[in-house]
Amino acid sequence: MTKKIIINDVTLRDGMHAISHQYSVGQIAQLTKVLDESGVDIIEATHGDGLGGSSIQYGFSKETEDDIIRTAVENSNNAKVGVLLVPGIGTIDHLKNANQLGAQTVRVATHCSEADVSKQHIQAGVKLGMDTVGFLMMSHRTSPENLLEEAKKMESYGAQTIYVVDSAGALTMEGVRRRIRLFKENLTSAKVGFHAHNNLSLGVANSIVAIEEGADRIDASLAGMGAGAGNASLEQLVAVMNKLDIQHSVDLYKTMDAADYLMKPMMKRPVQIDRLSLMLGYTGVYSSFLLFAERAGEEYGVDARDILVKLAEMNAVGGQEDWIIGVAQELAKQKV
Amino acid sequence: MVEKIKCTIVGSGNIGTDLMYKLLRSEVLEPAIMVGIDPASSGLALAKKQGLKIIDNGVEGLAEFKNDSAIIFEATSANAHIKNAPIFKEWGKKVVDLTPAAVGPFLIPAVNLELLESANVDNVNMVTCGGQATVPIVRAISNVIPVEYAEIVSSVSGKSAGPGTRQNIDEFTETTAHALREIGRAKQSKTIIILNPADPPILMRNTVYVKISEYSEKIYSEIGESLNNMVEILQSYVPGYRLKSQPVMKKNLITIQIEVEGMGDFLPKYAGNLDIITAAAVKTAEMMAQQMSMEEC
Repeated sequence: MTKKIIINDVTLRDGMHAISHQYSVGQIAQLTKVLDESGVDIIEATHGDGLGGSSIQYGFSKETEDDIIRTAVENSNNAKVGVLLVPGIGTIDHLKNANQLGAQTVRVATHCSEADVSKQHIQAGVKLGMDTVGFLMMSHRTSPENLLEEAKKMESYGAQTIYVVDSAGALTMEGVRRRIRLFKENLTSAKVGFHAHNNLSLGVANSIVAIEEGADRIDASLAGMGAGAGNASLEQLVAVMNKLDIQHSVDLYKTMDAADYLMKPMMKRPVQIDRLSLMLGYTGVYSSFLLFAERAGEEYGVDARDILVKLAEMNAVGGQEDWIIGVAQELAKQKV
Repeated sequence: MVEKIKCTIVGSGNIGTDLMYKLLRSEVLEPAIMVGIDPASSGLALAKKQGLKIIDNGVEGLAEFKNDSAIIFEATSANAHIKNAPIFKEWGKKVVDLTPAAVGPFLIPAVNLELLESANVDNVNMVTCGGQATVPIVRAISNVIPVEYAEIVSSVSGKSAGPGTRQNIDEFTETTAHALREIGRAKQSKTIIILNPADPPILMRNTVYVKISEYSEKIYSEIGESLNNMVEILQSYVPGYRLKSQPVMKKNLITIQIEVEGMGDFLPKYAGNLDIITAAAVKTAEMMAQQMSMEEC
């Protein structure tokens, strides 16, 4: 394959979920430097839930939003710094501020069926001259055909790249293939991206399927650092891309070293497939619910897997962390 | 029998239509005119069926009939109301604004209905649906103990959020957060809104997190009592308003979950977010009407 795949690193954004948003500026500086030196194209750095995400609902960041973005910008020589913006959580004012601090890419994220709430924010990103991306979360929750309709809306607002986002790590290979293929065949000019979670152990495999179908951008993180069982791990993805002769700009050894010597020692809870993160993928629940469900299960003496099953039944979408305690309380009541 | 005060509804979308059904039940108000901009809108058709005068070319068309009503409800968008507000003022109308424009002061009936007693208030703003549901809760707590920070998460069904809400989501979060400080008396605030597309649709759910300046068993029990009183006041005009579970009080953090079931006037019962703001608007306008009748005596 001759096309060069753009790698969007999410260690410092999705990875925030896995560390309850507690990266220090020192850690952000170190990680940004090694990622930049490894050759990734974009480094996304914000609270796990994006701009304005620091809250009781999602957890407060250790550092301020300004310090997180500024530190990433200051320590990156080649890679662009990106931010995530979820309308309803962050605002256009947050975006303008991030852009002034040096962020050049914005990913405007909505639930897979609600693209029309992203219009103002995508237009604002374009107007600021930013690399503007539409990010359709929980893509497994709607059919490939419906997802395409939502992607077309984002394209009509001006998004230059549209992502299939497997927030729950619930898509299997055929599901990814069909969605990316439809996007590539039907979007007019927008590029296509894919964001994986490894809950079913398919993070790298699904990313490769997306590339086979023509995806232009792929998300990854050091040692998979991200919500749930993590994202596609950068070093593993690079190794597989090398073997398949897929073009990219990332150095394998550097990412291997950074994953083992820098990233893994920073982890508070190992980012891995275990009974809970596997359950996220199995039931199709938003990956960042993991730590919240685990804590609620302990507090109310119920099996966290039952909490996740119930949340899936209720069709909770990304960002509804406040439903978890209520579900745990109800399950505890039923037990008595 | 006292004659009912005539009202105009500007906007024929979800909010305007729901409002009409509530006004039809009022003992002091009468919906007389509905203004839209789309002759084919289903809201205008329903209004016609109920015997309202229909104007389909916007506020421009209303000018001719400006003397046919005393109270105007604005149920369009923030931008539209910013343009319309000076016109309504010139006409000398009382205005209840259901957009997040916030041209006039915030009014939440459960908290500051007495604002209307001030002679120079002729335009009041209904904040947002999330604000009507959550600001009184924060105020119930700040009546007991200073509130350092209030954060609310509003989940509404995708089906109940019309294009106006979807295209102005920043205005929703900013206006609500502002009202949490100004009317809820929180020192700092944050608002999050989530659209959930689940089918069958979810009832409107709100989670209110409040950080208080100090805590003790005594303060907890006073807060509990204050919350119960406030919920009773809200239920007097929004019957489907209820606490989803007992408030959780841990150290300085109070967490309250609220559910709002609508009355099913226009959209089905899941759209409690519609009901709470239209019910608040009717309650406000009824108070305005009572004052008008008193002035006449």
